Amino acid sequence: MRIAEKFKQLRAKKEGALIAYICAGDPTPEATKEYVTALVRGGADIIELGLPFSDPVADGPTIQAGIQRALDGGMTPDIYFKMVGSLRLHIPLVVMTYYNLIFKRGLEKFAKDCAASGMSGIIVPDLPPEESDELQQACKKNDIDLIYLVAPTTTGSRMNRILVEGKGFIYLVARLGVTGARSDVAVSTRELIQRVKTDTPKAVGFGISNGKQAARMIEDGADGVIVGSAFVDIIASGKDVMERLEALARELKEGVRR
Amino acid sequence: MKQELRSKFGKYGGQFVPEVLMPALEELTEQYDKYKDDPVFNEELNYYLRDFAGRPSPLYHAKRLSEEYGVKIYLKREDLVHGGAHKLNNTLGQTLLARYMGKKRIIAETGAGQHGTACAMSGAAFGIRTEVYMGARDMVRQRMNVYRMELMGSKVIPVKSGSQTLKDAINEAMRDWVANVETTHYLIGSVVGPHPFPTIVRDFQSVIGKEVRMQIMEKEGRFPDSIVACTGGGSNAMGIFHPFIDDDVDLFAVEAGGSGMKATDKEALHSATLCAGEDGVLHGMRTKVLQNKYGQILESSSIAAGLDYAGVGPELAYLADIGRIKPRNSMDSEALDAFHDLCRFEGIIPALESSHAVAYVKKTANTGELGDLVVINISGRGDKDLETVMGMRK
Repeated sequence: MRIAEKFKQLRAKKEGALIAYICAGDPTPEATKEYVTALVRGGADIIELGLPFSDPVADGPTIQAGIQRALDGGMTPDIYFKMVGSLRLHIPLVVMTYYNLIFKRGLEKFAKDCAASGMSGIIVPDLPPEESDELQQACKKNDIDLIYLVAPTTTGSRMNRILVEGKGFIYLVARLGVTGARSDVAVSTRELIQRVKTDTPKAVGFGISNGKQAARMIEDGADGVIVGSAFVDIIASGKDVMERLEALARELKEGVRR
Repeated sequence: MKQELRSKFGKYGGQFVPEVLMPALEELTEQYDKYKDDPVFNEELNYYLRDFAGRPSPLYHAKRLSEEYGVKIYLKREDLVHGGAHKLNNTLGQTLLARYMGKKRIIAETGAGQHGTACAMSGAAFGIRTEVYMGARDMVRQRMNVYRMELMGSKVIPVKSGSQTLKDAINEAMRDWVANVETTHYLIGSVVGPHPFPTIVRDFQSVIGKEVRMQIMEKEGRFPDSIVACTGGGSNAMGIFHPFIDDDVDLFAVEAGGSGMKATDKEALHSATLCAGEDGVLHGMRTKVLQNKYGQILESSSIAAGLDYAGVGPELAYLADIGRIKPRNSMDSEALDAFHDLCRFEGIIPALESSHAVAYVKKTANTGELGDLVVINISGRGDKDLETVMGMRK
């Protein structure tokens, strides 16, 4: 399913989107398949599935640890695409990974593998628009959305370029810093959401971990929230993982219903 | 109109960083462009290079080593720079730049602790708060440098992620920068990272090569046939090579061959990125990288912590591709031999990093590859390595 279509459905129902991130292969590929189904049962609208890279500079300690568990568990891009291809989801699935894994596989092949395994989009946190022409082309050829990030520091002509080129949704980075659950979500987030003027859906990530925060983002004008570290924390605990993933997804989804 | 700084070296370089950092890189590029030829800035920098760092460093004719190896050898004595390595050239430049830019805080990464120590020195001299990320494993290996940094008022922050070495310290420093970009300057210690860092560090280190040009003309009336420098990230190499790029001088970049030029899909027994790496993207730059078939970065290895890095400066990757520099490597054992040679024949204890360059001269001097007149960059002194060397001798 295309991302745009999903947001259209949600808009019609007056709902915000819950975009749930976990790291593929954390701690095993088999577990990931189960966890994805739990997130979907809980109400996730889009699944963002991390493809683990050895040097994740945009991630905080929680997701770094998840990535390490996945790498230790033997996750590779080959296994990743095979696993994703075997998921039978009726919602959009996007890959989040760092540029070197895409570069090494070959941009064209990576985009093709995404399409062949049923994925809808790619998020690359270390690929600003200035460096993304080639991947953008490969994505267009294969009907994959290349999703850009906007940070609190993004302004002017760079902002315009991102809003023009961004596909699927615009990923708003809620605060300066790396990924990770926070009890406080920056006041500046509201200002950022309002500063990003576009018809492309806006989803806010970095720091959101509960239904109340999620609701607040939607009130402030976001079309969706992205939650990762809070889910990865549950996986790390190893306790009642399926139940708790589903319950947290449900709480967050409640939050984003307007 | 002013010529813009080049962000790419051929296909290498660029800015592969989180969106949050892009405006900071833009600002740094602008500000550096503004100050690099500014007379006031340069006068102040030159003052510190001379009176604080002790420049110019001598170019020394190593007579006994020349006799032993069979080729005329000059040593560029960066080991005599304050702090014991060339690192201070760059940290003075960047700390001063940070002050001109109004930044309140400096962060840095360090492997062996040499760059961290140089940052601590510059930070103290300019009165700017300095915090240094260092792999927890490196902190144990180089505890004297940790103490030196602390003595000079810097905070050393242990990095416990990944392999707990230089690569992870860079990751962590970048994460800090992402969170504090508005007040903080990230002082990268080598010719690596996103544009404009490779250019900035190269320019500040080029003082080495500029001095060599004058000194060798004075002593020999001509340029050397070859210049040999050890290469990890590549800052001492770019520093001595850059002023000679357009001259008829052969430039040898000697990497760490470690315990052998082999690798598994997790780790390499060496750190010879130019010799054995493949195109990739790491730490904000496209360059040669030690990686497995999927693009996961390998853990590198070397007896010299300062060479122990899975990437290399993008300009070096470019110069290697076009054949302007010659990538070579020396093994741990060869570097150790050369270390002892320099101690015994010249009364100079070189850093294990620099010993790799000496080792390459030792093994190739009689092949004619280096010509008759060679300059070796002794990028640092070896006091920091005594424990390692004692451990190897048993």
